[in-house]
Amino acid sequence: MSITADSDTLVTVENVVKYFPVRTSGLIRRTVGHVHAVDDVTFSIPRGKTLGLVGETGSGKSTLARCIAGLIPITSGKVSFEGTPISGLSRRAMRPFRREIQMIFQDPYGALNPRRRVGAIIGDPFTIHGTATGAERKRQVQELMERVGLNPEHYNRFPSEFSGGQRQRIGVARALALRPKLIICDEPVSALDVSIQAQVLNLLSDLQQDFGLSYLFIAHDLEVVRHVSDTVAVMYLGRIVECGPKDLVYGSARHPYTTALLSAAPAADPDTAASRQRIILTGEVPSPIDPPSGCRFHPRCPKAQPLCSKTEPLLEVKAGDAATHATACHFPVEAGENLAVAGRSQLP
Amino acid sequence: MSISGVEFVGQQAVAAETAEEAGKIEGRSQWQLTWRRLRQDKVAVGALIVILIMIVLAIAAPAFVAITHHPPNTAYPIQGETEAGNPVPPGTAGFWLGTDGTGRDLFIRILYGARISLFVGFVTTALGTGAGVAVGLIAGYFGGVIDTILARFTDAVLAFPYVVLALALAIVYGPSLPEMIAVIAFFSWAAIARVVRGQTLAIKEKEYIEAARSLGAGPFRIMFIDILPNLLAPVLVLATLYIPTAVVFEATLSFLGLGIQPPTASWGNILADAENFYTVAWWYVVFPAAALLITTLAFNLLGDGIRDAMDPRTERVLASARRRRRGKLKDWVRDANAAGEN
Repeated sequence: MSITADSDTLVTVENVVKYFPVRTSGLIRRTVGHVHAVDDVTFSIPRGKTLGLVGETGSGKSTLARCIAGLIPITSGKVSFEGTPISGLSRRAMRPFRREIQMIFQDPYGALNPRRRVGAIIGDPFTIHGTATGAERKRQVQELMERVGLNPEHYNRFPSEFSGGQRQRIGVARALALRPKLIICDEPVSALDVSIQAQVLNLLSDLQQDFGLSYLFIAHDLEVVRHVSDTVAVMYLGRIVECGPKDLVYGSARHPYTTALLSAAPAADPDTAASRQRIILTGEVPSPIDPPSGCRFHPRCPKAQPLCSKTEPLLEVKAGDAATHATACHFPVEAGENLAVAGRSQLP
Repeated sequence: MSISGVEFVGQQAVAAETAEEAGKIEGRSQWQLTWRRLRQDKVAVGALIVILIMIVLAIAAPAFVAITHHPPNTAYPIQGETEAGNPVPPGTAGFWLGTDGTGRDLFIRILYGARISLFVGFVTTALGTGAGVAVGLIAGYFGGVIDTILARFTDAVLAFPYVVLALALAIVYGPSLPEMIAVIAFFSWAAIARVVRGQTLAIKEKEYIEAARSLGAGPFRIMFIDILPNLLAPVLVLATLYIPTAVVFEATLSFLGLGIQPPTASWGNILADAENFYTVAWWYVVFPAAALLITTLAFNLLGDGIRDAMDPRTERVLASARRRRRGKLKDWVRDANAAGEN
């Protein structure tokens, strides 16, 4: 996938690597290895669009989000915002970009300080960046509360007095306060009831239209990602294995992992569910401390060949695919190919 | 950062105040809930009343001097001593609780001792709590080398024999009130720092801290605006429980002659003098010792009460125990009725 710093691109992520050192406990801490949380990831977030990032727990989605938001330093690579590199900036130098990139967190209970009033929580961005004080701040906070569907009279309540969905709206209001260009949503609805999920997702899409926001939307629920995204990237063990427009990734997935992931999602329609063949992967997700050689998916891949354990496949456009649809696989899945059968034949 | 950080903290404090004012209409803040629970705890309320009486008596000590006409450091060798030179018993010649070894009014001296004890207790606890919170927050939040140094220093202070240091300082600089306050405060912050550090380590992993960082909040804003309010409950409990420790500490040092020096009255040095007279004057030992005991006990009971009131889980346990008892009573009534019908 090519990286172009044109005006349609808001954020570019180039070869970003994040390793967490694994240390021995005790007084003298020796580093005995690294968790390869994010390994050589490259993609871009288009302006005003939503990039969906899917993957299993532990695939590095949230780490990647925190790297882009500048919450944790990256090991190597580059993150740029509107062409300006923002990775490795000092806290002070990062400040102006904090206004442009905001985050919505997964846990609506953990993301709000239980000892502070909602007005103070939503007003924090104004206080920290000094954009509004006193009565003006209160007015803007109440405006935000109204915008996200909260009662502005609840300004003085504590987070514990709100339901999960309302708390997530508080988180959205806080992220929206500084009028950012990018909002990173780290599993914003996975802790909510399905009926509430829809409300929050609709709120997010309304806000996107009204404010021209871009989203990096992280989730493990494939249907949610399909609903909100324009482009979808699939992560496995710290790498992006497939990336492309939503319809292509969902309709004609090329990576065996994407295919398996899609086949595992429950179908809403029982007729399609019955006719579908579930691909059962063997084994567990390998440890990110010592990831497999070559293609990281090869120990579990039904199509694995000797080449796969030796050479790492590049994320590139495969023959016959659209120019925007890239796959990191030596032997991509062909249309009509039945992986379930291939997978079964490998079982002892 | 530091200048702008201070500014933000200031703005936040103003904002918090306005929020507090408006909050009175809303009600049901953490503190209001705690107070409501505390009010139902008879032991804690009793302890609080005892402490308040003690404080009022200490403040009103000069008023009692005006009533009894017995200044604390004036000896009455004629009315205040028996012919053998021993203290006179309570109620004699206007000495409500008798006199001490040199014929001074014991009641007035205990009141003046309370002034010293409570002053030392509150001041050292305030100093120790402030220092402990600061050290704990910094160690817990920054981690790494700073944490290692501060945590080891805390351990060293906790392991240090305080009487030895107090003795050494008293010998070098001579015993005085500021010196004693410094010694007690120096040994009082470490336990609080340890608790605050542990809590800070837990809280800094919460998502709302990450949210504050993603908004661009600096480390000191996060420590004081986001983390500290979550620590106030354990810190308040620890501080309340530390006051009696400081009071006893002061009494110990004064008893050993390392604290408050005669003729200034302190519970510790009154008790030290009383040693020579306990066979002939029981009141000389019993009343100052009782004052010390009642004060420390009241603070301990109040601290326990606050801890119970702040931890909603304990209330739930009590409530479920009450329900169980009530349930048993119902079962018993039903069984009795059934037996009667048969």
